[in-house]
Amino acid sequence: MRRGRTILLNVLAIGVFGLLLHLAEGYCNGYQLQILNLIAINIILALSLNLIYGFTGLFSLGHAGFMAIGAYVCSILIMTPDQKDMLFLLQPAYDWVQTAHAPFFAAVLAGGAVAAIFGAVVGIPLLRLGDDYLGIATLGFAEIIRVVANNVPRLTNGALGFKGIPAYADLWWNFGWALVALYVIVRLLQSNTGNVLKAIRDNEIAAKAMGVDVFRYKLLSFTVGSFFAGVGGALLASLLTTIDPKMFLFTLTFNVLMIVVAGGLGSLTGSVLAGIGITVLLEWLRVVENPVDLLGFSLPGIPGMRMVVFSLALIVIILFRREGLMGMRELTWRSLAGVFSRGKA
Amino acid sequence: MRKLLLLSLAVVLGLANLAFAADDTVKIGVFLPLTGQNAFGGQLELEGVQMANKEAPTILGKKVELFVVDNKSDKVEAANAVQRLIEKEKVQAIIGTYGSSLAMAGGEVSEKAHIPQVGTSCTNPLVTQGKKYIFRVCFIDPYQGAGAATYAFKTLGLKKAAMLVDVASDYSVGLAKYFERSFTKLGGQMVGTLNYQSGDQDFTAQLTKIISEKPDVLFIPSYFAEGAIIMKQAAELGATFKIMGGDAMDNPKITDIGGKAVEGFTHTTFPYDPSMKNMSAMAKKFTDDWRAAYPGKEPNVNSALGYDAYMIILDAIKRAGKADPEAITKALAETKAFEGVTGKTAINATHDAEKPVGLVVIKDGKKVYEGEIVPEL
Amino acid sequence: MNLATFIQNILNSLTLGSLYALVAIGYTMVYGILRLINFAHSEIFMLGAYFVFWGITLVHLPWPVAMVLAILVTASLGVLVDQVAYRPLRDAPRISALISSIGVSFFLQNVAIVFFQAIPREVYRPAWLEDPILVHGVRVLPLTLFVPLLSLVLMLLLVYIVYRTKTGLGMRAISKDIETSYLMGVPVNRVIAVTFGIGSALAAASGIMWALRYPQLQPIMGTIPGFKAFIAAVFGGIGSIQGAVIGGLTLGFIEIMTVAFFPDLAGYRDAFAFVLLILVLMVKPTGLLGERPEDKV
Repeated sequence: MRRGRTILLNVLAIGVFGLLLHLAEGYCNGYQLQILNLIAINIILALSLNLIYGFTGLFSLGHAGFMAIGAYVCSILIMTPDQKDMLFLLQPAYDWVQTAHAPFFAAVLAGGAVAAIFGAVVGIPLLRLGDDYLGIATLGFAEIIRVVANNVPRLTNGALGFKGIPAYADLWWNFGWALVALYVIVRLLQSNTGNVLKAIRDNEIAAKAMGVDVFRYKLLSFTVGSFFAGVGGALLASLLTTIDPKMFLFTLTFNVLMIVVAGGLGSLTGSVLAGIGITVLLEWLRVVENPVDLLGFSLPGIPGMRMVVFSLALIVIILFRREGLMGMRELTWRSLAGVFSRGKA
Repeated sequence: MRKLLLLSLAVVLGLANLAFAADDTVKIGVFLPLTGQNAFGGQLELEGVQMANKEAPTILGKKVELFVVDNKSDKVEAANAVQRLIEKEKVQAIIGTYGSSLAMAGGEVSEKAHIPQVGTSCTNPLVTQGKKYIFRVCFIDPYQGAGAATYAFKTLGLKKAAMLVDVASDYSVGLAKYFERSFTKLGGQMVGTLNYQSGDQDFTAQLTKIISEKPDVLFIPSYFAEGAIIMKQAAELGATFKIMGGDAMDNPKITDIGGKAVEGFTHTTFPYDPSMKNMSAMAKKFTDDWRAAYPGKEPNVNSALGYDAYMIILDAIKRAGKADPEAITKALAETKAFEGVTGKTAINATHDAEKPVGLVVIKDGKKVYEGEIVPEL
Repeated sequence: MNLATFIQNILNSLTLGSLYALVAIGYTMVYGILRLINFAHSEIFMLGAYFVFWGITLVHLPWPVAMVLAILVTASLGVLVDQVAYRPLRDAPRISALISSIGVSFFLQNVAIVFFQAIPREVYRPAWLEDPILVHGVRVLPLTLFVPLLSLVLMLLLVYIVYRTKTGLGMRAISKDIETSYLMGVPVNRVIAVTFGIGSALAAASGIMWALRYPQLQPIMGTIPGFKAFIAAVFGGIGSIQGAVIGGLTLGFIEIMTVAFFPDLAGYRDAFAFVLLILVLMVKPTGLLGERPEDKV
């Protein structure tokens, strides 16, 4: 298919999507909007982890740490000094924390940038490690961030966290950033760099033998991934309007990993679809914890049942469809056209 | 764009309001931690709410329907839970929760949607600060911390205090600060503050250090899960100082888990305990009803607060004469003398309940209600 | 710091460290053979402790009987987990089994929350373990000696199994090369099942001892010790039993001694393990005693 036509189709698709968002904004209630927003953020997070793990083969469990960095940086920047005055009620904030202020877009960007800097700084020593070791070391990094957040109240307000963070992150911001993430990562993967990354994933030694500076490319992928993890965290902070260190436990990374795996490691389409599916599933599963009236009998709700079902679903997916929804396939205009022309024939 | 969002929200809420008027039930949402770190407290409070619902199933001739959602001791879940109660179940009022950070996360949502929320045992001052729709049936931590400090310094004459604080818990950090502030203001001396993080189980290093500082009293603003093993380890290491804690240490199982190690432990609490001597009629009724409803299980102050939270909402609906959220909010704010299990309750200007600080001591393996104290700030 | 306090701290470190070591061995055994981080280990640990509780409160078994039974039941459970959740994934990419183990971990923990409830439960302790002995101002709890001693016995037993029995030989063969072991006639699946059985029995034993030392049961009690023990295993060189022991003891000493000498750092305690881990991995990427994995082309 010609390049021009692809661009046209993309622009059209974005236009239709924008219209849908506009309609959603008018017709959905707050609860549904919240889920839509969470979907957008989960997509950003899943895309970034898929870049790191699915396309470069770097087993990273540090996503929650980068999200925490993005969330804290962004929140500090968008809260007004007056707000911060009220929030830091046990110990006053550092002066620079107290006075820092920036508009939302810049704050999200800064959140991503600081996360990316951290990504590069921890990446330089850690990316030399083998896969499981890398996983544990990055997990360790995320835990260290959380422990530090608890212990430096003048920067993070400690366990009290932030509340009343301005709720700027609406559908437009969240899905806008999701599109940016998708665009940047698709472009990156379509370029020569993308081929090198996949080569590293599939056979690092062969890539090395070909004269590729493996470490530099790994670092690039990790840094870009950290950037979008930071952006996702920043948006999440503004969506929920409240953050504290407890939010950024390993469970958060696990949820993102679950989306990436369910969608298919190495499939961006898969990450997007699973981002939608799992966010909705997790919300829908609340049903199993509610009391049910069945044929006149009322069964009491069982707390904890939701995570039992969720974890069971995960085990079943991994046992029976371990390549995930999409495997490593992508949905493109070309493949769509293929489906339709086959339908006609 | 934001205006549009607000407008659509308002439309949805308006429709919801119409729906209430036609309905012959009053819907009350309950969000509590039924799983996760704070589950034991949440479950106790839920039982209190459910018992209250059984005793007073109707108001203004309408059936009261409860919708219970687990907030999993998690802030994100708490916000989601409240959102769901409001949008999907269309509740007119909300009860919850145990745990201040959970109450704050849920409270943001209630406040935005203009649905009244009554907290059970969330004692951090921030919960109701600047909020129109958020109330609580408990007192707040500065008051409680001052109560504990007054009792330690004035009543018991203890001059040197140490603290062991959970840095990962806002409740713990806050209460510690208020205790320290009052204790030093009264003339006491702080000889050491050591930290830990929720979920830790080994406190021997911190306790060994504290023992070497020789304090008269150790204040542990912990949740029950950690508090009991802290005391157990302190006893094993040969600690002889007095140990005190806050309302989160109130749990019927404390003597089962702590055994000999909790002997003499004192904690502040809300003014109700089954071992209370001069029980009000309400408290007596609650205790008897509870024992009939849950044989073999002692009532506890968390359950009493759950019960009170439910009843104070019903009281507000009765005074308002209708069950719409705005009317309930207005009536709640005007509560002057609600007769609850945890004493006569007035809602003050900051939407907190004013009630005295109770004290419970463990004596001979039993919880004994010592009486009440008026904090000197 | 006076001498009594210092000795007290050493005793504290020794108890904590040997508990970490015991849990770490379970991780290291499974990893050594399957290259799998068995996240479910920390839940097996928790269940072991709960089974003793139920054995005593529900069936009124005497304490030693309850303990042995609990270890056996937990070991069978470990084998079952392997059969159901890991065995079908032997040929799959390693991440699949890892995610499966995370799934099992979440599953078991939440099943425990549903059935046992989140209320902390008491632990029965025989009196002779509880009454402290006073030696020159140092309070020695028989428990603080009992735990390292029992850990030592179990470790020696394990070393015997791994290096002196046929099954042990099989384990070592599989850990070097699973496919060749197959071809050489090693009953791979049986050896792996035995490994899980032993690993889970160790987890149960350490769960029970953990509960004796920190006497309170909760469905989430395995998570933090599990994490730290796993780090201890990686730190010592995962796959090596001696490494797990050294890693566990080192972590125990660092956690206690840092708080003892720098009390202001107490709030950072949960990060020590990770900092230590990252530092060691930077210098020696496979841990202290870990073997260098060969790059397979």
